[in-house]
Amino acid sequence: MKNLLILGAGSAGTMMANHLSKKMSLKSWNITIVDQFDKHYYQPGFLFLPFDVYKEQDVYRERTDYLPDNVNYVQKAIDIIKPEINQVVLADGTILKYDLLIIATGSQIAPGEVEGMQGSEWYKSVFDFYTFEGSRNLRDKLRGWKGGDMVIHITEMPIKCPVAPLEFAFLADWYFHEKGIRDKVNIYYVTPLDGAFTKPVASSKLGHLLEEKGINIVPDFAIAKVDNENKKIVSWDDKEVAFDLLVTIPTNMGDDVIAKSGMGDDLNFVPTNKHTLQSSNFENVFVIGDATNVPASKAGSVAHFQAEVLTDNILRYIEGEPLKEDFDGHANCFVETGYGKAMLIDFNYTTQPVPGNFPFAGVGPMKLLKENKVNHWGKLGFRWVYWNMLMKGYSIPFITAQMQKAGKELEEEKLETV
Amino acid sequence: MEAVIANRPVEVNEQGYLLDMNQWDKEIARGIALEEGIELTDRHFEVLNYLRKEQESGTALSIRRVGKSGVVDIKEFYALFPEGPLKKASRIAGIPKPASCI
Ligand SMILES: Cc1cc2nc3c(=O)[nH]c(=O)nc-3n(C[C@H](O)[C@H](O)[C@H](O)COP(=O)(O)OP(=O)(O)OC[C@H]3O[C@@H](n4cnc5c(N)ncnc54)[C@H](O)[C@@H]3O)c2cc1C
Repeated sequence: MKNLLILGAGSAGTMMANHLSKKMSLKSWNITIVDQFDKHYYQPGFLFLPFDVYKEQDVYRERTDYLPDNVNYVQKAIDIIKPEINQVVLADGTILKYDLLIIATGSQIAPGEVEGMQGSEWYKSVFDFYTFEGSRNLRDKLRGWKGGDMVIHITEMPIKCPVAPLEFAFLADWYFHEKGIRDKVNIYYVTPLDGAFTKPVASSKLGHLLEEKGINIVPDFAIAKVDNENKKIVSWDDKEVAFDLLVTIPTNMGDDVIAKSGMGDDLNFVPTNKHTLQSSNFENVFVIGDATNVPASKAGSVAHFQAEVLTDNILRYIEGEPLKEDFDGHANCFVETGYGKAMLIDFNYTTQPVPGNFPFAGVGPMKLLKENKVNHWGKLGFRWVYWNMLMKGYSIPFITAQMQKAGKELEEEKLETV
Repeated sequence: MEAVIANRPVEVNEQGYLLDMNQWDKEIARGIALEEGIELTDRHFEVLNYLRKEQESGTALSIRRVGKSGVVDIKEFYALFPEGPLKKASRIAGIPKPASCI
C-alpha cells in the first residue's frame, strides 16, 4: 500500500480528499488527512457575522461531516514536515510516512508582526475579522458602539480574499445607516496600496462608489505601529490616523509548520509552480489553496479551480505522465457592496476584472464589475454552494476551472472588431 | 502602450510601469527615475536589483518585507525613494506596481 497524505482539512484539503477518494485506486493507496480542530469554518461568513447578518452557527460545521468515509482523518496538530525523508511528525510525536504529500495548511493572521497591534486595545478597540474570535468580538463591539472614527486598515499584501476589507467598508456604511447613526460615524479605508481599487478598469468603473458612500481613502500607508495609548496608527513616514475603532487586516502568513520545516518564503508560503501546483523543491509534494506562493488570489473559489487541476495532476504523477500546466490563476468572487447589492469579478493571472455578463455571454444573469441584486443573492447563495458543491468536489455548472473570455468586455476584443 | 524612455521605445501600462521587466536596463531606470524626480546612485541600484530578484522568484513585496530583507532598512528605503517608496521603486525597477486583485 502507498500513502497519500493531505495536511489541512479546510477548503482545499477537504476538496482534495473528496476528489481523490473517488478517483484514486483505494486498493493500492491509503489516503490520510490531518487537521488540528474539530470545526470547519466557512470563512467568507466572517464578513457577515459582525453585522448580525449571519449567526455564529451559520459559519461552521463539523469537519468530519465533509470528509469521505474511506479517508482516514487524524485530528492532531502537525509539528514538522521532513520532505527529504518523506515524513510528517505530529505534535504528539506520531510519525506519518508518505509517498505523496499535499500541503493545504492555508494562511493565518499574524498581528504580532506589527508593533502594538496585539497591545492593550486588542479586542477592545482594535479588532480583526479574519478569525472566528475576531469576527464575533467585533460583532459584540458593534452592537453597542455609538459612533466615532472607524478605521478599516490593511497591513500588507498579500491577504486572503483581497476584496473582503472593501466589502467590510461597504457593509459598515449600510449597517450604520440602518441603525440610524451613519451621521455619527466617519469611515476611513487605510491601505498600503495607492488606492482602494488598484486595477485600471476597476478603478475607473468603481472609484465613484467610495465617494457616494462617504468612505475616506488613506492610500500609501505602510504601518509601523499601533499607538494604543493615543489610539492611532502610525506609518513609517510618520503619518498618523486616529481611530475610535480599528478594524485591521494583520499580515497574513502561512502556518508556523512551514517555517519550522524550512519549506516557505519569508511569509511562510510554499514556493509552488503556478501552473501545475507541484512544489518547486520536492517533486512528490503538491501545494494548494492559501498555502502556496502563487500570485493568484487567496480565495475559496481559487482553491476550487486549483482542486480540479491538481486532481488531474496527482493522477498523472502516479501514472508517470507529464503534469498539465492547466491552472491559469482563475478567481471568481462576489463583492458585497451594501444595500442588498453585490458585484461579481472573474479574472486570472493575465486578465484583470472587466465588465460583462456571467456565466452566459450576452445573457448573464450575473453582471461582472457592476452592482446588482442578483449578484447579492449569488453572494449569499455561495454558502450553500460552498458546503453542498465545492466541499463535496462537484463542479459548478457552466463554470470551468479555466477563465472564459466570452461575455467579457476585453480591450483586445474591442480593438479587433474596429 | 508604447513610450520612449532613454531614447528607446518600451511597452508600458497606463501608469507608466514597464509591461516586460526584460526591457529594463540601467538607462531605462535612470530615465524613469528622472520622471519621479530621483537621481539614481549605486545604493539605489542595490535596492532595485533586490526588488527585481524578488519579483522574478514570484514574491509579493511589501515595505515591511523590504525592511526585513537586510538589503535596506525602512528608513533608508523612504530616504532613497520618498513618498510611496514601494510603488516608486517598483516602477523604476521595471516591475509591476504592487496591486490587489481589483
Ligand atoms: C473574512 C474572509 C472572507 C472571505 N471571503 C471569501 C469569499 O467571499 N469567496 C472566496 O472564495 N473566498 C473567501 N475567503 C477565502 C477563503 O476562505 C480561503 O481562501 C480558503 O478557505 C482557503 O482554503 P485553504 O484550504 O487553503 O485554507 P483553510 O480553509 O484556512 O484551511 C487550512 C486548514 O489547515 C489546518 N492547519 C493549518 N496548520 C495546521 C497545523 N500545524 N496542524 C494541523 N492543522 C493545521 C487549519 O486548521 C485549517 O483547517 C475569505 C476569507 C476570509 C478570512
